[in-house]
Amino acid sequence: MTKRLLKINVNGRDREDAVADHTLLLEYLRDQLGLTGTKRGCDGGECGACTVLVDGEPQLSCITLACRCEGKQIQTIEALAQDGRLSALQTAFNEKLGTQCGFCTPGMVMAAQALLLRQPNPSEDEIRDALSGNLCRCTGYVKIIESVQAAAARLSHHAGAAA
Amino acid sequence: MSTPLPATAMQASVGVRQPLIDGVEKVTGRALYTADLSARDALVGAILRSPLAHARITRLDVSRARALPGVHAVITGDDCDVPFGVIPIAQNEFPLARERVRYCGEPVAAVAAIDAATARAALALIELDLEPLPAYFDAASARAADAMLLHDDQPGNIARDVDQTFGDVAGGFEAADLVLEENFHYAEVTHAMMEPDASLASWDAERGRLTLHTVSQVPYYGHLLLAQCMKMDAAQIRVVKPFVGGGFGHRTETLNFEIIAGLLARAASATVKLELSREDTFIVHRGRPEADVRLKIGLSSSGIIKAVDCEVVQRGGAYSGYGLVTILYAGALLHALYQLPACRYFGLRVYTNTPPNGAMRGHGSVHVRHAFESMLDVMAERLGLDPFQVRRANLLRPPMRTINDLQVNSYGLGECLDRVQAASGWNARYAQLPKGHGLGLACSHYASGSAKPVHWSGEPHAVVSLKLDFDGGITVLTGAADIGQGSSTLIAQAVAEVLGLSMARLRVLANDSAFTPKDNGSYSSRVSFMVGNAAINAATALRQLLIEAAARKFAVSSEQVECLGESYGVTTTDQVLSYKEVVTLALQRSGTLMVTGHWSTPRETQGGKFRGAAVGTSAGYSYSAQVVEVAVDEETGEVKVVKVWVAHDCGRAINPLAVEGQVQGSVWMGMGQALCEQTQYHQGLHQSANFLGYSIPTIAESPPIEVHIVEAADPNGPFGAKEAGEGSLAGFLPALTNAIAHATGLRLHQLPASPEHILDALVQRRRAQKLAASKATALQKAQV
Repeated sequence: MTKRLLKINVNGRDREDAVADHTLLLEYLRDQLGLTGTKRGCDGGECGACTVLVDGEPQLSCITLACRCEGKQIQTIEALAQDGRLSALQTAFNEKLGTQCGFCTPGMVMAAQALLLRQPNPSEDEIRDALSGNLCRCTGYVKIIESVQAAAARLSHHAGAAA
Repeated sequence: MSTPLPATAMQASVGVRQPLIDGVEKVTGRALYTADLSARDALVGAILRSPLAHARITRLDVSRARALPGVHAVITGDDCDVPFGVIPIAQNEFPLARERVRYCGEPVAAVAAIDAATARAALALIELDLEPLPAYFDAASARAADAMLLHDDQPGNIARDVDQTFGDVAGGFEAADLVLEENFHYAEVTHAMMEPDASLASWDAERGRLTLHTVSQVPYYGHLLLAQCMKMDAAQIRVVKPFVGGGFGHRTETLNFEIIAGLLARAASATVKLELSREDTFIVHRGRPEADVRLKIGLSSSGIIKAVDCEVVQRGGAYSGYGLVTILYAGALLHALYQLPACRYFGLRVYTNTPPNGAMRGHGSVHVRHAFESMLDVMAERLGLDPFQVRRANLLRPPMRTINDLQVNSYGLGECLDRVQAASGWNARYAQLPKGHGLGLACSHYASGSAKPVHWSGEPHAVVSLKLDFDGGITVLTGAADIGQGSSTLIAQAVAEVLGLSMARLRVLANDSAFTPKDNGSYSSRVSFMVGNAAINAATALRQLLIEAAARKFAVSSEQVECLGESYGVTTTDQVLSYKEVVTLALQRSGTLMVTGHWSTPRETQGGKFRGAAVGTSAGYSYSAQVVEVAVDEETGEVKVVKVWVAHDCGRAINPLAVEGQVQGSVWMGMGQALCEQTQYHQGLHQSANFLGYSIPTIAESPPIEVHIVEAADPNGPFGAKEAGEGSLAGFLPALTNAIAHATGLRLHQLPASPEHILDALVQRRRAQKLAASKATALQKAQV
């Protein structure tokens, strides 16, 4: 089994780790780094529970090789809360019940985070588009949409107040 | 969080839109599910599954696998000769097949090895020879006279037959002005909860003890069945439920992999982590069976139901599992929604060579409800009644007892109908919709917990313990399994409400058999109702201890002391003690307070005396009405659900936020079954064991679901509450097909309503119309 030294930034920390060529980003995050917030929900690319941000773009870590992320910045659900404060999306998913069993939540929140990074005021259709690769079996998605809308409103309110 | 400030009034917790008590863990990724548990030295478990649907095992040689370096244990059917199953009188399944395999994917052997690659290599070294046997993939072929028996003691491959008659059925049909009989067919569906199955089993070799962390809705069943199958004293087993990523009935039964994990851990004297793939999770299954329903209804000219005759045949899969309960539920829950004066029910649960079916949200009630509500619509139209009228003509008048001995004490269905009629703009819009659009109505209901537990041990039906210590904090100890529905939150709300305290004073510790009380588990929507009542009783007992401590200090009788949450006062004077002072006083007698509250269903709700009477009984029923708007594209056969208006009578809404979430989730799950979900097998091989083959609705095609909460308080419910997580599911399916009928004139008798199915129906209709037209022309010509 070939291993190589992977230089990567995970949640703001520069790392150098030996990983096998066939190690998936999901396995690297969960098994090597203990970042179990990122979930495995299927056998590859079907459910979105493993969504993380790679250089700000949402990617399915279960069909991404770790070694293809050389030099990249990875963000997982564990990085969203800052200084003891939940992010706007985390607050909204909690308060609006965008989460029930919670298993799809990390992937759902990361996909929504990528959306808000590129479109701070998304329409409902844009939210549906951005999250259409993330399955949830509990909520019927209604309160997930409301959660993303509430987070966007809170962020634009703060941005407005700052300006 | 800072200590709550002394309050002068009781803090309200019930009726408050309360985020989940464990919501922060879920949104931060800190919530640990079974696969997330740290187990540094754990071995990896893997299961060898049968490639054939029905076969005799002629040779199973694991010696080469055992000899592979890194393999710590290999087990087969020889390692467990005790059958298991959720229903004590119908246990006919082994964790690993013995002598015969009865479905494709049935576990045959399992290994524990140092890593996943070694485990896979070991599986490949197991030599399995199978002699194929005749296999049956539908109920009809399994019932054929010359069919081989799947289980030698189950003649005709019938797991359970039910034949029940209540009232004068023949007389009812005679008195009816309109009698209709139709047939329906439903595809098999499955739970597809987002978390794949997983167990972590640790064997303590020095003490001969087992600890199992697992994805269970009823950890207590697992505890019992591990002891049974592993021939252990139950006290040497500890079962822990970590966060669980949904269940919907899949995890009510103890599942084969959970026992396999325990057996592997003991065989290897180690900790074994067994994570199932998504494909294998689909094969574990236990979902809603493929079913055929024949239904006959007789109505009077004003729409009053005179008689019902219903026959259900379910393809149950290879083992009994929950089967007898499912087939009984289908008959029992024909009742308690409308007034039925006479009803015959005939049900057959059939063994087939497919993965075993089991309980799934709306257990047993979904198919018959679709058939019933579809036919009510058709018959109303023929009688010149509107869909609301025919349902209002048959409302119950509680308190009442149905002819099959179900006790109904609260009933908000009338108000549910009013609410969705107004909210959907039915009266103004029904005749004005654009082409291809339709509105459909249907009602449904469900039990708030089965009034009789599966194990009739004589214990109370629910128990909650509270620990109050020097710090003033209250720890709620419960065995109720929160699987995402929010039960831990609800239990905390109930305790906080009774004591008038902020939720910040409480912690909930759940589901560790070493320190939480036994609970009968999360099934049949029992937790809110039963555990909620036990929580109220526990908190009331604790409050009384605090009141008595304050009364001793004030030197007054306890009747004169009033609990105000953060303070206790004497009603006749202005003397006041803070909550913390009262806690200190209360602990002076015997230290830390441990209080237990319990609850059981009232005798009159536990059903009648006939065989199978326990199934369908409940201390309270939820009611639901919903209107679905669809847009049907007749070119593609595609059905788009534009919007759903649903009114759900959950009695008192303890947590309106969670009620909305539960109702939306169940309506949406009904939509999946109605529109697109179905398992598919080829010669018993699961062909859709992934989210591409088994497609659940994505956010892109999921409609707005507007929830109206109706609160017909139940006298037995905690604060009047009833269930909210199942009752609205069954109504979606007929509301959808009634809406499709309104949009297109097509009456669907088969689900799911996939585009292919709708196009076929449209083509057939066009052909029939053409044929009729050409016949008419020919007739005219002949007459000329």
